Amino acid sequence: MRRLGQTIRDLWRDPMGRIGMVGILLLIVTAIFAPYVAPYGPEKMIAMPKTAPCAQYLFGTDNYGRDIFSRVLYGARVSLEVGIIAVGIGATAGYVLGLIAGYFEGWIDRIIMRIMDILFAFPSILLAILVSTVLGRGLVPTMVAIGIVNIPVFARTVRASVISAKGLEYVKNAESVGVKTVSILIRHISPNVVAPFTVQATLALSGAILTEASMSFLGLGIQPPDPSWGSMLSEARAFMEQAPWMAIFPALFIIVTILLFNILGDSLRDALDPKLKL
Amino acid sequence: MEHLLEIRGLSIDLPRGRRQPPVKLVEGVDLNIDKKQNFGVVGESGCGKSITCSAIMGLLSYPLTVGEGSSIRFQKEAGDEVEITKLSPAELRKLRGKDISMIFQEPMTALDPMYTIEEQINETLRFHTSLSKAEMHQAALEMLQKVKIPRAEQILQDYPHHLSGGMLQRVMIAIALINNPRLLIADEPTTALDVTIQAQILDLMNELRESYDTSVIMITHDLGVIAETCEHVAVFYAGQVVEEASVEEIFHATAHPYTEGLLRSVTSLGGAKKELYTIKGMVPAAGNYGIGCRFADRCDRCMEICKTQAPALTEIAPGHKCRCWLHAGGAEKEAAV
Repeated sequence: MRRLGQTIRDLWRDPMGRIGMVGILLLIVTAIFAPYVAPYGPEKMIAMPKTAPCAQYLFGTDNYGRDIFSRVLYGARVSLEVGIIAVGIGATAGYVLGLIAGYFEGWIDRIIMRIMDILFAFPSILLAILVSTVLGRGLVPTMVAIGIVNIPVFARTVRASVISAKGLEYVKNAESVGVKTVSILIRHISPNVVAPFTVQATLALSGAILTEASMSFLGLGIQPPDPSWGSMLSEARAFMEQAPWMAIFPALFIIVTILLFNILGDSLRDALDPKLKL
Repeated sequence: MEHLLEIRGLSIDLPRGRRQPPVKLVEGVDLNIDKKQNFGVVGESGCGKSITCSAIMGLLSYPLTVGEGSSIRFQKEAGDEVEITKLSPAELRKLRGKDISMIFQEPMTALDPMYTIEEQINETLRFHTSLSKAEMHQAALEMLQKVKIPRAEQILQDYPHHLSGGMLQRVMIAIALINNPRLLIADEPTTALDVTIQAQILDLMNELRESYDTSVIMITHDLGVIAETCEHVAVFYAGQVVEEASVEEIFHATAHPYTEGLLRSVTSLGGAKKELYTIKGMVPAAGNYGIGCRFADRCDRCMEICKTQAPALTEIAPGHKCRCWLHAGGAEKEAAV
């Protein structure tokens, strides 16, 4: 806990870290309180279709006359929820598998990594389609599908850092004084995994948000009329010339969100690296 | 068993897949380490001295394995012997850090930068004793004082990067000895330190060995360290012991041409200026040793028999073993052929 406080303090000291933290916090808060912040319901048709942005409808309205600003806010919920939980599933499973494979090597490593290779060989969207065919459509299957797609990347990242950490003298030293394997994995090896793991998590978050968008576009993800940035973007494709704002605003939010996560991840990497703290 | 550690026929294999036999990185090593003995292991990089010690710790890294027919017997207490090659991982863990400890070459990297010195000393204590937190603190403090670290109380709260290399090596020694092990393996403990600190660390180790009754295996390629600290020496070459004797015999009655070469390659400050002697050629790659003596290609006194028949390790004087045809009647045999 002391270390967490220190990490947050270090993040705050870095201007980029501050931007990332504040931005993501703001995004999360808006997502949680969307019903209070949004001026209209996300599915209410309240104005002429394709009204340009104005004082009343900040981001304009879409082809059904729904307020894009409100939909974007509600969409933040879906995107963040899917992104965080899906990456959570993929990262946790990948972490455990990568740790085991990397530390023990031998046959267990071969079995785990070959399964990961098989998962990796599927195009992610195909795998996601497969999973949602089995589990059905909607929010939860989307999360699980994207989560599974993410496992191999995490397993590989973690395994690689574990193998390099295992060669470190202090890990050997811990082994040579009889420290328990679990303790070595958690106390001495995991800190070496945190940095690449965090970077991978931010990349995976943006990737997950994009996969969710693609799945929603294909009609396998979030079902209309629920708003998600991805599905809003795909709906907007048909009206790019008449109502570009339909695409611009969800896209802007996707870009900014991904950027914020990347900035935060970068700053977090610096904050977590003990070698930079002198 | 009269010795503390008995190694018999130790080989270390590097598997090459199912179809091919494994590469033997270490082959046919027999060593006896006595109680309270200071045992030196010399050899150049890659000769197998470090992995031999990893095998003693049960810490061979994947995919290396101890070969068939190898035996490493260790006396935990009088009458309580264990066969290290047959212990389970959990039993090995109990042995490591308690009965056998190890000091590594690079003190700067041998401690985890994430934790304070105290946390890292406690780690060793926690797994082998049932001391309370206050008792652990006390034990750590006393141990640091024994390795002559000033301001011990304060150092305990420091992180490794706050300390110098010499200090860290003292901390490593403290961690290694805190559970009073019977055997301490020191893998080039002074190589990474500067010369004045080297002497201090060696003195400290000698002193602590006396007071703890610990046997030490000193791995090094520095013959000066051997001369200064060890009683008995084994010289490794290409995965085999080529000569083994007391320190006096090694330095004054050198038998093996390789050992001779090592001694001649030592630099000294005094004496006439001349080009430094080097042993010609390179160590052959493991698995590519040929049928004769492994040193034959580089030997100044190589005979015909050396190229076709491998010499055995034979006792040439009481307690002095050598693996060389020169001392095993090779010349006579050759004459007979």
